[in-house]
Amino acid sequence: MPAYFLEIIVVALGLLILMVDAFVKLEDKRTLSWIGMLGLLVVFGLLFRVEAPESTDSPFWQFYAADDRLALFFKGIAVLCTLVVLIMAYDFSPVVVDQTADPEPGAHPQAGLGEFFALPLFACAGLMWMASATNLVSIFVSLETVTIAFYIMVAYLRRNVGSLEAGVKYLILGALSTGFLVYGFAWLYGVTGSMQLSEISAALASPDVNRIGALFAFGLILVALAFKVGGAPFHFWIPDVYQGAPTPITAFLSVGSKAAGFIVLLRLVAPFLASEALSDKVVVALALIAVLTLLIGNFAAIPQKNFKRLLAYSSVAHAGFLLTALACSPTESSGNALTPVTVIAFYLGAYLIMTLLAFLVMTTVRKSIADETFDAYRGLAKRSPFLAAATLISMASLAGIPLTAGFWGKLFVFKLAVDQGQWVLLVVAILGACAGFYYYLKIAASMYLSEPDAKTQTIDNSPIPIGKIARFAMIAMIVAVIAVGIKPDLITGLFV
Amino acid sequence: MLELIVFLPIIAAVAIALGSPARITALGAAAVTLLLTLTLSAQFNTSEEGAFQFNSSRDLLQIDGFPHLALSFGLDGISLVLLLLAAIVMMAAVWVAPAESKIKGSAKLYYLSLLLIGGGAIGAFCSTDIFFIYAFHELALIPTFLMIGIFGRGEDRVRTAWTITIYLGVGSLILLAGIVMALVGVGADTFNIEDVVALAKRPETAIAAGQQTWIFGLLLVGFGILVSLFPFHSWAAPAYATAPTPVTMLHAGVLKKFGLYGLIRIAMPMLPEGMQALTNVLLVLLLGNIIYLGLVTIAQKKLDRMLGYSSVMHMGYVFLGIAAANHIGVGGAVLLMFAHGISIALLFALCGWMRDRFGTVDFEELGGVAKHLPRLGLLFGFAAFASAGLPGFANFAAEVAVFFGAFQVGENVSQNGLGWFQWTTIIALWGVVISAVYVLRAYRSLFYGESLQKADAPADMTWACRLPVLLLLGTLLLVGFAPEILNQFIRPAVEGLFLSTHGG
Repeated sequence: MPAYFLEIIVVALGLLILMVDAFVKLEDKRTLSWIGMLGLLVVFGLLFRVEAPESTDSPFWQFYAADDRLALFFKGIAVLCTLVVLIMAYDFSPVVVDQTADPEPGAHPQAGLGEFFALPLFACAGLMWMASATNLVSIFVSLETVTIAFYIMVAYLRRNVGSLEAGVKYLILGALSTGFLVYGFAWLYGVTGSMQLSEISAALASPDVNRIGALFAFGLILVALAFKVGGAPFHFWIPDVYQGAPTPITAFLSVGSKAAGFIVLLRLVAPFLASEALSDKVVVALALIAVLTLLIGNFAAIPQKNFKRLLAYSSVAHAGFLLTALACSPTESSGNALTPVTVIAFYLGAYLIMTLLAFLVMTTVRKSIADETFDAYRGLAKRSPFLAAATLISMASLAGIPLTAGFWGKLFVFKLAVDQGQWVLLVVAILGACAGFYYYLKIAASMYLSEPDAKTQTIDNSPIPIGKIARFAMIAMIVAVIAVGIKPDLITGLFV
Repeated sequence: MLELIVFLPIIAAVAIALGSPARITALGAAAVTLLLTLTLSAQFNTSEEGAFQFNSSRDLLQIDGFPHLALSFGLDGISLVLLLLAAIVMMAAVWVAPAESKIKGSAKLYYLSLLLIGGGAIGAFCSTDIFFIYAFHELALIPTFLMIGIFGRGEDRVRTAWTITIYLGVGSLILLAGIVMALVGVGADTFNIEDVVALAKRPETAIAAGQQTWIFGLLLVGFGILVSLFPFHSWAAPAYATAPTPVTMLHAGVLKKFGLYGLIRIAMPMLPEGMQALTNVLLVLLLGNIIYLGLVTIAQKKLDRMLGYSSVMHMGYVFLGIAAANHIGVGGAVLLMFAHGISIALLFALCGWMRDRFGTVDFEELGGVAKHLPRLGLLFGFAAFASAGLPGFANFAAEVAVFFGAFQVGENVSQNGLGWFQWTTIIALWGVVISAVYVLRAYRSLFYGESLQKADAPADMTWACRLPVLLLLGTLLLVGFAPEILNQFIRPAVEGLFLSTHGG
């Protein structure tokens, strides 16, 4: 089965949800999310049955990578991430219903919930397409498919000012970055005369390439993608948007959107890095952004008091580590399997598990306590030891403590930096890891060391109810974080 | 069987998390671990020089451009002795831990953390893969943080928990940087300690001398923080005074030895020239431990803080043995690690018992205890004398070896006069006097003199309380009278260490 079938299935799933929502009378619209979850599970299984096409003569293959295990790996990330987002959305739906309730009499009490389950699927299809895109046109179209779905999802809680504000911010800045991207593509086309990445690569590699034009194109593209992945100094939308968006969508933004940004970045930067005339300048630009991102992400996270905002800065910080890996690209191929591409793939895989685990806990807690600051987590260890343990493990992994998945991601990045002799980056990355150690542990401290304060005590101290699927997903992810921490081969084996 | 020993405490911790009764599971796991360890040491082949025994290995990661990672375990004489130490102290620590009903807060978390701290130490000593030596030690970090923060004593416990965690976390990162630089320096394609050391000893792949000094410096700071080498000692005494008794026993007795173990296992064989270049610095620092911190210990007014400082002070002797870098010195250092670990755990156990009963261990508030509780007095007396290095206890045999080893370094003394090592040894000998002073002072003011509470003296130690203490004390006496029990393991291992240093 060729890979593009999967995107078609996912789009069909989304449409199916919309159709069922419109034409079938459902008592509880949350049932719709089951269609999505089961469908995505099937798609995930099918990922392992993908075969390379027999012939690639058709013009379609100019837009779509024919045989690429890494692309499949990224598709897997997209599918798993969307699956977990749907699980969270299922748990989160009371909040959605509450914030989107229609005042008109006679309307279904859960009107508007159906789209909340369908939109992630459309975004997922875009993400999967993006993983295989090999042409500027298909990259752009898939990227916009994802972004437009996100515009709606971020602003979904229409009775909530925070969500609307986040939506507007995301829309304006997203549109701006799209502008940069298109302009960069135009310059790139102007310099190389092709939309095809392989041809662009060949054109850039020739010694008589227009260096100024190519570097200008690179700069524009880098700015646009730095917006998408949260690279400083283009990260400033992240804390506000993450805080305002519905929690499942924040998780989706933080994992899915970031992963997508990095695939595109990897694909677009590779031709520039391969070109002798350009690579040194490109590496300097990437290293600069990486240093800034590491510093801002890690040190701005320290004073945060809101869990979602903290995870927003943490997401910036992790973008910093990923950019560090990218900036440590070897100028000539060493034949090693440990390249920035594989390191970034591994890091994103590990990041997926640990971040989604944190967001799952957050969604569960948010259902019971309408508060997202650390206060809501005070004394959580006494109330719900399981949730506290899950958060602790996810934080330990994000901080990069050994025997968790996060440690290997960081160690691989450090190794790349040492191999390439990027000492400044290495020192900044280690400093950032030190800071991370503190602010992630701070959450653990508020859960374990402090008593529930007056504000949360008024609710009650009974255990927070955890949905059955959410509990299962959390256990699976805890096991995965530790298993990958002991045997990183579990992820690297998928694409090396 | 070695794998079972390593994973038993961790499996037990998971079982407790899943709902198995906490104290019984923990005690069972500790007891089985101790039994298995004793069986293993009976099977240990003492004639094999330096080689690791009971090896097992499972591949975890093979990828070009990154060292080969395997979950591998093995024991040589040095790690066997430390494994014995860890198993014995873990048994005693779990034993003296309070009953589940007496723990304020979650008893599950309490016992689970204890097992993870113990299991981390055991794993670190049994691993033969540098990554896992490091990683198992880190396993203890967060449980220690939680134990001090939740179950610690006093208002300051949260701050103390942060201090020790950040101190040790930063120390671990410096250590990691040093280890990575050493691995890259020899161009290692594996994390296996034997292979890496062999690479470091081959002239073609050895690290250049100038670089060795830098890397050894990093490792010395990293390990030094973990061992509370002067001037990185300030976390230790407050943390030990605040932490619950079993955690203090495990941390001061076992975990702190990890840094010393790392120096012997990783830094010394891989970076001989770096070590030589920094030996004099190390000598000055260790005198800071012995003399300066010895005097600080004398000035303490509470038993728990005094014990905390004394444990920091005694690390100076171990460093002296390691710095000597000869058979007797290093052998003595390993023996001293064992002896000190047992004796400090014993003292902290007794101190914790007293603090629970009397509510204070202040020298000025408490006195005349021996009159009412003679059994406690006797046990404490034994423990205190052992710690001061009285002949007949393991500490004495070990300290003597360290002093002999250090004094021997260098050329013929009668021809060349006294060198750095000889002077250091002579000064360090005064540390024995300092130990005697503070131990006797503490003993006098707590157990003799005027009793402040005559009527409400608690009952003396029951058998349930005495057994774990007797286990530790018995070990000290046994090794003190027959150090050969452990020396038979240590000697070939240390010889192997040096054999390959000079051979290649």
